[in-house]
This record gives sequence, C-alpha cells and structure tokens, in this order.
Amino acid sequence: MNGLRLVFQREFMGYFATPLAYIFIVIFLFLTGLTTFYLGQFFETGEASLKNFFSFHPWLYLFLIPAISMRLWAEETKSGTIELLMTLPVPLWAVVLGKYLAAWGFALVALALTFPVWITVNYLGDPDNGVIFASYIGSALMAGAYLAIGSTISATTRNQVIAFVVTVSVCFLFTVSGLPMVLDFFSAWAPQALLSVIASFSFLTHFDAITNGVIDLRDVVYFASLTGAWLYANGLILEMKKAG
Amino acid sequence: MIEVEALVKKFGPLITAVDGVSFRVGKGEVLGFLGPNGAGKSTTMKMITGFLTPTSGFARVLGRDVTLDPIGVKESLGYLPEGAPAYPDMTPREFLLFISGVRRLEGAARGRAIDVAVERTGLGGVMEQPIDTLSKGFKRRVGLAQAILHDPPVLIMDEPTDGLDPNQKHTVRRLIAEMAPHKAIIISTHILEEVDAICTRAIIIDRGRIVADATPAQLAQRGKLDEVFRQLTTGDLHEGRP
Repeated sequence: MNGLRLVFQREFMGYFATPLAYIFIVIFLFLTGLTTFYLGQFFETGEASLKNFFSFHPWLYLFLIPAISMRLWAEETKSGTIELLMTLPVPLWAVVLGKYLAAWGFALVALALTFPVWITVNYLGDPDNGVIFASYIGSALMAGAYLAIGSTISATTRNQVIAFVVTVSVCFLFTVSGLPMVLDFFSAWAPQALLSVIASFSFLTHFDAITNGVIDLRDVVYFASLTGAWLYANGLILEMKKAG
Repeated sequence: MIEVEALVKKFGPLITAVDGVSFRVGKGEVLGFLGPNGAGKSTTMKMITGFLTPTSGFARVLGRDVTLDPIGVKESLGYLPEGAPAYPDMTPREFLLFISGVRRLEGAARGRAIDVAVERTGLGGVMEQPIDTLSKGFKRRVGLAQAILHDPPVLIMDEPTDGLDPNQKHTVRRLIAEMAPHKAIIISTHILEEVDAICTRAIIIDRGRIVADATPAQLAQRGKLDEVFRQLTTGDLHEGRP
C-alpha cells in the first residue's frame, strides 16, 4: 500500500508540476461550456436539467482522455525512468494502479471544476439534483474506463503519438458500438445474441442509462469490470515486456 | 552476495544477448564489467536487478532468487540504470524524498539518509532545481544518490562515470572506493583505466559470453589492458540489443 500511495502521489503532483494540468483543465472547461451552451442549446431548450451538458461528455472524453493517458507509460519507456520504477521494491500492480488512479484523480479534478454549471442550473430553475448527481458519477466512471484503455495502450509503445491515435480509435469503437453505424455491419449476418452483446459494450448505452437518473448496478458493474479488465491487461503487457 | 548462474537472455528466436554467464561477487569486491557496446553488459545487469526476466539460468542476491522474490532482491540492492534516468519535472530533493519513501525510510532516518547521499554525491547546491535543468554530471549524481540512498549491501551501476568530466570521474571513483569494503559492487564500463583505478576484479564479456575473469593484475600480466581487450573481443561485428 505504501508503494501505491507514493506512486500515486508522485504521478498526481507530476501533473501540476508542468503546464499540462492547467492547459488541460482550461480546455476541458472551455469545451464543456461551448458544447453545453452552443451545441447543446442550454438556454433555448428551456429545461432545468444538465442533460445537454452530460450528453457531450463521451465525445469530449474521446479526445481529451487519450491526451492524458498517452504519456502514462510511453513517456517512462522513452525516458528510461521505467527501468528505475520497475527496479524499486514496489509490486507491479501497485505501480499500474498508482499511475492509473493519479490520472483518474486528475480527470476528476477537471470534472469537479465544472460545478458552476450545476450552480447555474439551480439558480435558473429547479432541476432534479439526484439525476445530476447520478450523471456526475456516470461521467466519472466513464472517464475511468477511457483512461484504463488509454493506459494499457500507452504501455505497448514508446511513442506518445501512436498511443494517442490508437487509444482514440479503440475508445471510439467502445463509444459507438451501440449505434447503427456499427450494428449494421453485423446485423446482416450475425445472430441477434451477438448483436446484443456488441450493443451492450457501448459506453453511450450505459452512460445514457445513468444520465436518465438511474444508477443501475449493471451499468456500474459494466464500467468497473471494463476498467479492471483493461488494467489487468496493462499489467500483463508490462510482464511480457520484461520477458522480452 | 551476488550469484549468477548460466544466465541466458534471448530477444526473439534470433538474438541471444546474454549466453550463459556465470559469476559470483562477494563482500568487498568491486567487479568491473567490460565489453564492447552490445556485448550484453547492460542486459546482464537488468536481469540481476529484476527489470528483465532471464530466458534461463538464475540470479541471486543475498541468497534470494530474483525471479522468485523480486521485491526482496530489489530491497537489498541499489541500481543506477544506464543514462541515470530520473523524473525531469522533480527537483533532486523531491526525487530523493520519493525514493526514500519507497525504500521505507521514515522520520529522522529519512532526513539522515538523504543528507548522507547528498553530501557523498555533492548535490548540495542544486537540490531545489528541476532535474531537467541540471547538467549531465549532476543528473548522473542524482542517479548515484538514488542508488546509495538506503545504504544497500549490493550496488549495481551501469556506466556510472559515463559523460562525466575528469574531476567528476575522480569523485565518483573515490565514492565507489569508499563504499567498497562494506558492499558487493558491480560496475560496467568501457573505460579501461577505470578497471585499474577501482575494480578488484574484471570480467570481459563479448557476444554475451565471458571471455576473461581475472584481477586487474592478472590481466596486466597478459599485456597492456587495451590490447588484451582487443584480442578477446570482436568489436562491432555483432550488435546485440541494449
């Protein structure tokens, strides 16, 4: 646990030691505002809810989360610090989890800083705050799942650009797998059971369910198990690299 | 204190970086690892420190097998990887605090360990400067300070004096000589004079195999050291993976 805590601390502080954290947070807040008020027509809708705010989160995360995750392992591999880290007396799982939790914690800071929009909607009307709270939980879980995918892909390369591009692509598939553009490709030949499996892998389906105000255990389990599975793969990849 | 037995490392089916290396290093010994680039020096060190898993053979530190008890081995050794990597955005103080935490140094012992390591490596003047902005010599010393911080019984250093100016080289060699009586030390180098200066024993490695294992005096009997080195090794004909 000591190792996990220290790796987490070092990584988390690392974000704020460089301009990265501030630039990321400013851009994230700017884009959430832009999408909510212009694309989402927050005022024109005339409804006291944050549905317009949350509905853009999957699409913002699709590009912004890989920007956080791309450096997680690729940078350490390139600079050689991975050799230092992996020869310290810290178990592998603690390093993987510590780095991941620091990245997630950072994403949560950015998400938490969107609170003015929650205050605004309460000032303007009488929204269902339970739904908003559930949506924040859903958004946090979804960000975590994107990050786990990104962390694992970052461990496969020393090139951050490759990590970014591949992560965006894989995350895109996970995001849209419930939409017709993916399902149509399978519907002609695949059995219905397979179609439902593919559709059930969609971030959108699960996130929408949560933003409707119901934190269903199934959606939580979905995001948590997906995150767990990717992080497990992350550890396996590092073990494989060790074996050469 | 260090036992290496028939260690083999293959990268894919074609490249054999280390091909059956065996040796022992006891307390008070400074083993110099010599060889051309790509001979397998770094790869051998990476296997002893648990960064790479051996394809076959084993490495033991204080009787613990690195594959079976990696954490135990990592606790008892200090390692300076090639190029002395450190986190560029941290200052030496932050970096050494991080390492000391991982090494479970706490309270007064922590401060003392950092003070001793800083004094020995002469880092005093740059403790609050980001590592990124330090000169190569200072970066190397940060790496050294990190490796000796917990006063480990076993020290493994990959080219500890590479890229240092003559004064800095002298300081690092003196530091190694000071610590030598209480530790088992392996250093790799391709500077032959270094072997005479600090090593009690030298192993020359070529294409992943040991081609000589002798004291500097014994090597000297066979002629000038650089000539012996050239006779025994084959230069760049075979470039292994780093």
